[in-house]
Amino acid sequence: MNFIDLWRRHEFGAVAKTIASKRPADVRRALGRARGSVDLEDFAALLSPAASPFLEDMAQASQRQTVERFGRTMRLFAPLYLSNACANVCTYCGFSAHNRIRRKVLSDPEILAEAGALRSRGFDSVLLVTGETGRVGRDYLSNALRLLRPHFSGLWIEVQPLPEDDYAALAGDGLSAVLVYQETYDERAYLRHHLSGPKADIAWRLGTPDRLGRAGIKRIGLGALFGLSDWRADAWFTGLHLRHVETVHWRTRTSVSFPRLRPHEGGEVPVTPFGERDLVQAACAFRLLSPEAELSLSTRESEAFRNRAFRLGFTSMSAGSRTNPGGYASAPDSLEQFEVDDGRSPQEVAAFLRSQGYEPVWKDWDSTYDGFAGPRRARSPGNAPEALVS
Amino acid sequence: MEPARGAAGRARPTPVIPRPLVIAGAEFSSRLFVGTGKFSSGEIMRRSLEASGTQLVTVALSRVRTGGEPDDILGHLDTGRYRLLPNTSGTRNAREAVLAAELAREALGTNWLKLEIHPDPKYLMPDPVETLLATELLVKRGFIVLPYVHADPVLCKRLEEAGAAAVMPLGSPIGSNLGLESRAFLEIIIAQSRVPVIVDAGLGAPSHAAAALEMGADAVLVNTAIASAADPIAMAEAFRLGVEAGRLAREAGLARAEAGDGAPRASATSPLTAFLGEAAP
Repeated sequence: MNFIDLWRRHEFGAVAKTIASKRPADVRRALGRARGSVDLEDFAALLSPAASPFLEDMAQASQRQTVERFGRTMRLFAPLYLSNACANVCTYCGFSAHNRIRRKVLSDPEILAEAGALRSRGFDSVLLVTGETGRVGRDYLSNALRLLRPHFSGLWIEVQPLPEDDYAALAGDGLSAVLVYQETYDERAYLRHHLSGPKADIAWRLGTPDRLGRAGIKRIGLGALFGLSDWRADAWFTGLHLRHVETVHWRTRTSVSFPRLRPHEGGEVPVTPFGERDLVQAACAFRLLSPEAELSLSTRESEAFRNRAFRLGFTSMSAGSRTNPGGYASAPDSLEQFEVDDGRSPQEVAAFLRSQGYEPVWKDWDSTYDGFAGPRRARSPGNAPEALVS
Repeated sequence: MEPARGAAGRARPTPVIPRPLVIAGAEFSSRLFVGTGKFSSGEIMRRSLEASGTQLVTVALSRVRTGGEPDDILGHLDTGRYRLLPNTSGTRNAREAVLAAELAREALGTNWLKLEIHPDPKYLMPDPVETLLATELLVKRGFIVLPYVHADPVLCKRLEEAGAAAVMPLGSPIGSNLGLESRAFLEIIIAQSRVPVIVDAGLGAPSHAAAALEMGADAVLVNTAIASAADPIAMAEAFRLGVEAGRLAREAGLARAEAGDGAPRASATSPLTAFLGEAAP
């Protein structure tokens, strides 16, 4: 079954009501489940207002399960924005087509300059990000992956939804993971926030993880942009999607991210409140739903929050992020997609993690797994990254 | 304690749709499947099946007279009442299983098949390699294939992808009456499976069957424990009750006896969430 059929079976408003109707006994039952046996009904209880008084219990369980599965480790990665050109009009995004900003698509030398800057900061996994336009389609990404393959072990993308064939081809160029956030599973809110451009097609976006799974992509990242609609129901649908991917595309690893609406160029968006306490509740609920999913903590969050929340179930963090194309080296002043709230360098974040008894992990993938045998070429300019890892 | 959520009580939450057991489009209200071997007489078998409430019975092709002569087993089966599930017990590889399946389809008039391939006559361990191969071949030939396998989660996913209509992992060695020795693996299979999971082999007592249903298995298949009991008819009824109790407990939201992983424990010395402040009223 495709996810879109599953999605159609659950009406967003009805799901929101179900979650709101959960009681403390439902939460206690969910918390009483053995590891890995939380079902979607339990998940609804864990996301409900009734779970709020149990947040400490959820956090304890989430931390314990995360440490059991992942140890005290935290994967560090950085986004690499290749382009801010975009044909979509989205109410919440700084790259929206109506915003009068200078559009930039990184050239080969600029991509390599960014790569060198990220290597010198210690990164071995990068997330390539673009807006949605034909200029940054399969050919552009294929070229970028081939340029970057020698410099990084893990190459992930967060770009426009592509056809299955394109994903399969990009996998051949060294792509390891694809993140594609649904933004919201509430169809009405989706249409309200995605006014025009290819992204307005909700079905195409909903079907993306299934295309990824069929194309054999090894890791699929899901998420909703919390704040666009009822966050509890959006989280539940993300969980439904996660379970679907875990059971249908069972060879694939999964990750979940928790982006929240942030200030950006181009205007105010009415936002459904999704505070830090809510974010922690959502993350803990996801950990209890899925002991093995990677949970990612964004640099959109503040340093103070990240310093306390990282141990509650998260397994990866972006650090020292620039959300503008060329932001690390070639064009530090171009327009950013959103404001980052943790301005520390990756080394500062890593040092903090170590001080808390956690190991920062820079490399957790190898290009061999993507079919690239043999040692990689010499590293690009800058410090030897290994010196930073010790 | 919360009141039970019956049809008359609080509305059932929408995301859960109570599922009847459906295999390849056929609905079963009984989740107890029964084998027809080892009974002391056709009459005892007939009355045992009736007491079990079953709607699906397995028949070993090796035991059936396929030439149209009167048959000890088929002669006592009300085929309007029970769906027949011929099995390929006795075959040792995929090639033999396909031949047996074609014969069963012709002789018994059903394309349903319990695929059983055990090359070893001592323990009757299912051969995973031949079973996967045979499933692929038989699905292409239009069979509804229910393969009997080890409680191997990856194999069960591979069979599902190959088009198996259900998977039938074993609880313990066939005929052993040991119960759910493979529990940890069955739990994984149940959690992952997108086709019904029928626990087959080794269930020695109604409590084993109840435990399988409580765990989330969609059905169980029992033969030896009923057929070899001192009173097979009473034992068939006991299994019926065990299966019904297990399923009902599952649907009622079974609480665990032991504290689950997230169950509230003694309060931690350094709370993890104090920095967030209290919940808004």
